[in-house]
Amino acid sequence: MKVAVLQFPGSNCDLDALKALRSIKVPTDLIWHREFKGGDYDGVIIPGGFAYGDYLRAGAISAHTPAIEEVKEMAAEGKPIGGICNGFQILIEAGLLPGALIENSSMKFVCKWVIVKVETDRTPFTRLLRRGQLMRMPVAHHQGNYFCKNLKELYENDQIVFRYVDERALPTESANPNGAIDNVAGVCNPEGNVVGLMPHPERASNAILSPSGTADGEIFFKSMFDYMGGRSW
Amino acid sequence: MVNGREDVSLSESEMGYIRNAMGREPNPLELGMLDIMFSEHCSYKSSRPILKLLPGAGKRVVVGQGYDAGVMDVDDGWVVNIRMESHNHPSAIEPYNGAATGIGGIIRDVLCQGARPIALVDSLRFGPLKSARSRWLFKYVVKGIGDYGNCTGIPTVAGEVEFDESFENNCLVNVACIGLARKENLVLAKASHPGDLLILVGGSTGRDGIHGVTFASKVLTDKSEEDRPSVQIGDPFTKKRIVEGTLKAIETGYVRGLKDLGGGGLTCAASEMAAKGGCGAEIDISKMHLREEGMTPYEIMLSESQERMLFAVKDIQVTEVFDRYETPYAVVGKVTDSKYLVVKHGEKMLARVPAELLADPPTVERRAIKPLVKLEKTKGVPRKIGMLEILSSQNIASKEWVYRQYDHEVGVRTITKPGDGDSAVMMLPNEKALAIAADCNSGHAYLDPYIGGSGAVAESCRNVAATGGEPLAIVDCCNFGDPEKPELFWQFKEAVKGIADMCTGLEVPCIGGNVSFYNESSGTGKAVKPCPAVVALGLVNSLDHITPMQFQKVGDAVLILGETHRELGGSEYYRLSGIDGGEIPKIDASREKRSIDAVLSAIKSGSVSSCHDCSRGGLGVALAIMAIRGGLGATIELEKVPFKDLSFEEVLFSETHSRFILTSEEENVKALMGLLETSSVPFARIGKVSTTLTFRWQNEEHDFPIDRMTSVWENVIPKYMEGGEK
Repeated sequence: MKVAVLQFPGSNCDLDALKALRSIKVPTDLIWHREFKGGDYDGVIIPGGFAYGDYLRAGAISAHTPAIEEVKEMAAEGKPIGGICNGFQILIEAGLLPGALIENSSMKFVCKWVIVKVETDRTPFTRLLRRGQLMRMPVAHHQGNYFCKNLKELYENDQIVFRYVDERALPTESANPNGAIDNVAGVCNPEGNVVGLMPHPERASNAILSPSGTADGEIFFKSMFDYMGGRSW
Repeated sequence: MVNGREDVSLSESEMGYIRNAMGREPNPLELGMLDIMFSEHCSYKSSRPILKLLPGAGKRVVVGQGYDAGVMDVDDGWVVNIRMESHNHPSAIEPYNGAATGIGGIIRDVLCQGARPIALVDSLRFGPLKSARSRWLFKYVVKGIGDYGNCTGIPTVAGEVEFDESFENNCLVNVACIGLARKENLVLAKASHPGDLLILVGGSTGRDGIHGVTFASKVLTDKSEEDRPSVQIGDPFTKKRIVEGTLKAIETGYVRGLKDLGGGGLTCAASEMAAKGGCGAEIDISKMHLREEGMTPYEIMLSESQERMLFAVKDIQVTEVFDRYETPYAVVGKVTDSKYLVVKHGEKMLARVPAELLADPPTVERRAIKPLVKLEKTKGVPRKIGMLEILSSQNIASKEWVYRQYDHEVGVRTITKPGDGDSAVMMLPNEKALAIAADCNSGHAYLDPYIGGSGAVAESCRNVAATGGEPLAIVDCCNFGDPEKPELFWQFKEAVKGIADMCTGLEVPCIGGNVSFYNESSGTGKAVKPCPAVVALGLVNSLDHITPMQFQKVGDAVLILGETHRELGGSEYYRLSGIDGGEIPKIDASREKRSIDAVLSAIKSGSVSSCHDCSRGGLGVALAIMAIRGGLGATIELEKVPFKDLSFEEVLFSETHSRFILTSEEENVKALMGLLETSSVPFARIGKVSTTLTFRWQNEEHDFPIDRMTSVWENVIPKYMEGGEK
């Protein structure tokens, strides 16, 4: 029972994700992409950062590495795959998730704490959460403006996982940090086992670092471990 | 001009010194290497005699002045290191890459001691934003810092921005980096074992940045734009790989010396490592990975290409780490016992210069003369300025537009975030925390550089104390004009004296610094206002001591610590009302220490719910910001503030030092006041937290609704930067 945090040159939230997983006692390896074998692991987190410097397009180069081929096999086997921020960008570039992440509507990098609403609890990463539950997590990105042509289809397939909302749980424009279509913050594949999101649950996994004093992001990782049959909370 | 070469700026007496030390005429390559090492930027030849005044000792100091970064013990085997530097000249002509490579350089300084960089700080100065040039510089400096820091995964957590006409052509970009390490993993920039291999790790060597330091050692002119090629280009992706590769390499135990390549390139790194270790070094430039074809030995030895580190290692096996992490490297030479820096191409000897001659050029004695500061308007009744007007000053207004562009969360250590406290507070691995604050008031420093220097130390230490940190150490970054002008050198000397005296008074060591001269524009002939910027570190001994700045709860008591005097010289209030002179806030290190100690003991007693120091904009602005950030107000009986014979505006906006505002829950007030009684610092209970900000004065009430203040304060900078306001 083991999770891999996949490390590319330029990953920079790798240690933070490792810390969040280990703090809830999930057996986790930080693994360099060249040494990664999907068969050794039951789930994988692709952390945030600027893998390969985000040259070409964010996530574009990493998406064509042998490590991501391994991830694709794991996805097909139904193992939980989570992509956070740059990891989300990589999963989209790899074709594992639908849509695109374009430049923020402000044309600037944005780092702030946001509120997201859980839109589905069917994924391995949200199974311990309730639909409609609010989570506080920070975002930090330049290309997090989610866009897709077939939004309706994604809703119909229950593929919208998180949306940016205000404190009253409304998806307002001011609650949306990057201009994402319909305030979408995270999506999953049709099967639900591959999830990508722009906010950083690993940065919201220690109550002292959270302005609200709650470690909301921790549940993302607890859900994953629970799904793997590791431990129930 | 030396030996007919226009690109060499060594003086005749320096040439004499060199000939004497070498016993011969240096060849052209040697001359170029010496020229760069004798530049002000590399040699600190003007400033070194003055910088000796700074007290660098303290019981927690592990490595003090004179190394790449100062290192402090923060208990349980952990150390933090810090370095601060300017990147003014490059940023003034190429703001994006100038600022980005400033961040790149400062990260290497911390990394090369074996520490993981955990925080960045920026202290920035521009002309007022009504000017298109200032907006251009501001926008791209912030973007340059953000893009570089964000990509390398180092959070930018603290900083300050000041706007003043004197920075219109010559913006100031000062950056600091803080690192964290185990004490046993520290590495020094020394090559002290003959036979060790020298390995150059990181980016390739190109023609960029040649003569960057010589360019930084002269005044900006109309032609400076042509110097744009001497601005280096940053590559944060390569830097990130270097950070990880370097930290892993150090874990192998093979690394015995390490230095980054910054100003002066390989010449500087190799000669300083050799001189510090009492050894020599031999470099074979045929082994280096070059970016361009046909580079001359002169270009290779002087290149300031970014993202390079020079390792002295005892075993070639260390390179396995670089292979694994896809970090480029080349074995370029070895440490010798000759005490010479030798440059070869294969077997061909190209240069042979004593390492110490390169690393330790003679100082220059500069004249310092107290100038007659000509103030245009020193007297007269200041125009009446209200709270909203002062909140809409660019210097007071919210800097959220800046820090939203910085990833301040990466690394999962940031407890107190930008805008939430007087300093940033970062979690340490041992259940303690590190408070970080940057400060300088060039308005004060212009009127009295001594007070500017001592005030910057006092304010930054006050800021770390307000969040619950015991002042641990400071670093400084001195930005001044041409040191060859005695009046400007006097400013520098006075500011350093001020820093030194306040450090001594507060018992806080100065563990490093940087001097940037020639910050003036030949067009106007004017130097920037003197700017001794300071970053202070504070050690928060228990996470329970971390104190926010914003009001917490309606009904909490509001107290002020310290007396208020008529000291509006250099204040924001006078600046806005067009008055140049006036009484500058006096400085008294023992009074400052009493205030800081009193606040720390109050915080430790658990009776303080929020705390903020009074600085720019005075008591009025301090209360307004506590209110805005907390979404709450306060009713203040202004006549209860300890002062003598002052007007309403003077009480609100005087910038007297050594003052704090504290709030306390009602049930703790008695204990808090009892504790403050024993501190021999004047204090008073002046009101309580409510929902609007109200000042009572001579039977009148002055009301300031929070939402109105908030919208004014928050929108000043976005309006200029996003709204296209001219």
